[in-house]
Amino acid sequence: MDIFLQQLINGLTLGSVYAIVALGYTMVYGIIQLINFAHGEVVMIGAMVAFSVINLLAANTALPPLVMLTLGIGIAIPVCMLVGYTLERFAYRPLRHAPRLAPLITAIGASIVLQHVAMMVWSRNPLAFPQLIPNPVFPVAGATISLVQIVIIGTSVLMMAGLTLIVYRTRLGVAMRATSQNPHIAGLMGIDINWVIAATFMLGAALAAVAGVMVGTYYGIAHYTMGSLLGLKAFSAAVLGGIGNLAGAMLGGMLLGIVEALGAGYIGDLTNNVFGSNYQDVFAFMVLIAVLVFRPSGLLGERVGDKA
Amino acid sequence: MSDDYAKLKNHPAMLGAGLVLLAAALVALPFALATVGTAWVRITNLAILFALLALGLNIVVGFAGLLDLGYIAFYGIGAYIYALLASPQFNLHLPFWAILPLGALVACVFGVLLGAPTLKLRGDYLAIVTLGFGEIVRIFFNNLSRPINITNGPQGISRIDPFRIGDFDFSRSETLLGLDVSGPIKYYYLLLVILMLVIAVNLRLQDSRIGRAWQAIREDEVAAGAMGINTTRIKLLAFAMGASFGGLAGGMFAAIQGFISPESFVLVESIMVLSMVVLGGMGNIWGVILGALLLSFVPELLRYTVEPLQRSLFGKLIVEPEVIRMLLFGLALMLMMLFRPAGLWPSKVRKRELE
Repeated sequence: MDIFLQQLINGLTLGSVYAIVALGYTMVYGIIQLINFAHGEVVMIGAMVAFSVINLLAANTALPPLVMLTLGIGIAIPVCMLVGYTLERFAYRPLRHAPRLAPLITAIGASIVLQHVAMMVWSRNPLAFPQLIPNPVFPVAGATISLVQIVIIGTSVLMMAGLTLIVYRTRLGVAMRATSQNPHIAGLMGIDINWVIAATFMLGAALAAVAGVMVGTYYGIAHYTMGSLLGLKAFSAAVLGGIGNLAGAMLGGMLLGIVEALGAGYIGDLTNNVFGSNYQDVFAFMVLIAVLVFRPSGLLGERVGDKA
Repeated sequence: MSDDYAKLKNHPAMLGAGLVLLAAALVALPFALATVGTAWVRITNLAILFALLALGLNIVVGFAGLLDLGYIAFYGIGAYIYALLASPQFNLHLPFWAILPLGALVACVFGVLLGAPTLKLRGDYLAIVTLGFGEIVRIFFNNLSRPINITNGPQGISRIDPFRIGDFDFSRSETLLGLDVSGPIKYYYLLLVILMLVIAVNLRLQDSRIGRAWQAIREDEVAAGAMGINTTRIKLLAFAMGASFGGLAGGMFAAIQGFISPESFVLVESIMVLSMVVLGGMGNIWGVILGALLLSFVPELLRYTVEPLQRSLFGKLIVEPEVIRMLLFGLALMLMMLFRPAGLWPSKVRKRELE
């Protein structure tokens, strides 16, 4: 089996999920310069809600699996949007003019509260995420790709295209871009910036919900802490691509996924098994630190002045 | 604070009497607690350790205004240095007065290594980088058991030497002057002395040239730079000092517990220390200590009250005390920032800045 190609495929799958989550970080950062620390938790809530809905449907109805999955996602999205809105409205909006440290600390608090509320509602144990769609494996030039992987990559690409359309082709998108350039002037032009910022959070949360279901399906597990590491890595991806830049988040996510997968696949060979694949999680942070040190504006980002 | 102090200054007798009373209370405290249970002396010791940690983080977050989310890594480094050099792990049993400062030094070196390239970054990036650093350190603690067994992986290191001066062993119980002095009580006095030293250092630091430079940077970095402060160097100094205090506390933690594992140095612990600083009042030494004591004792009190209460009301445990503890941290961070950003016991300067 071709390890390189196989890890590339795994990396692309993981990378699409990172990219989708990274978009949520980058949109919020682009518009109000806040690291929405609780975004990873929104992903987790998405997975958990879909888990409950699907289990409920599977126990009480005989709907076809695809319909159940669609319903699961269909309910997870509005729930996550509500969570996103609530966060913005009650945790961040009151602090919009406070020093930057303040909303960041609130965000950390919100993330802990969300995690533990989720733990009380669901369970402290990992939940087996229902495997609804059959998962046949196709051979590709010495490696394999599974249907779930194809679906994840395909859906991600579609969502990225959709988001790009919203941001560059709709009135909401124009309003978002205007607000991110200068909220004051945007307000003077008749844009309801409170609404635009809330909409940005909700868009990001909707993407996060889908990402949550993807992660749940891919790994077959949902857990109340699943969002924090994922969120961190996605944030690293957003920084890698250039935070505030949509294309950057997509590129950064994909790259990070590939770096991680290849790193985990080769680190053992490269270091004579001194370091093993259990160091996989280190790569994302190494990349993050390296980017911030050598190119703080990221791959596609423009140099921005210090607004500290 | 300084106002009250000024008022008291006019009544030196009252101030003196107050201090004597406080000192007497602090000396008698462990014996009073021991009558309830030695567990409470241990809890108090941990609370003092957390106060030390919170004071260290306060230098970084409170004085210099840099958000460090990986602070517990320095605590971990100090603890591991102590554990490796004074346990059967490598069969080394160096004396504590040699390795405690060494742990602080190594933590300080790591602080500089992390800080030097990253302190140029804007505040919120710094937060994430430090968080990443904390995770990396923990992953290394967890995995450095292969190919050479250094940290013993997730099992951690046990049978760590206690503090020992000649024949005086801090972990052993003995009878002094007709009183039963248990190990935790001895550690209590030691910790109390160290806490007072650290408070003194912090108080002096706060009003020193460096301390004022930190505050200037916190309030406006550009202006501070224009005033001739070498901002990167002064920030690095804050980072290094915070890290050394963390390392020092870590070493003591290892000695007092006798056992450490990577579990003790997870992100949640960093956030817990941050909650203490934020709750008490960023930048105010007394506020930070108050925050550390509150967030150490309240969860323990809850553990002893909420659990029986739930059992008697509902017949079963609905919300575990551990979850309440975490919710408390999360809510403390959120609600404090929203409604009282300068903390329960705010520093005057900070309050003006945040409100």
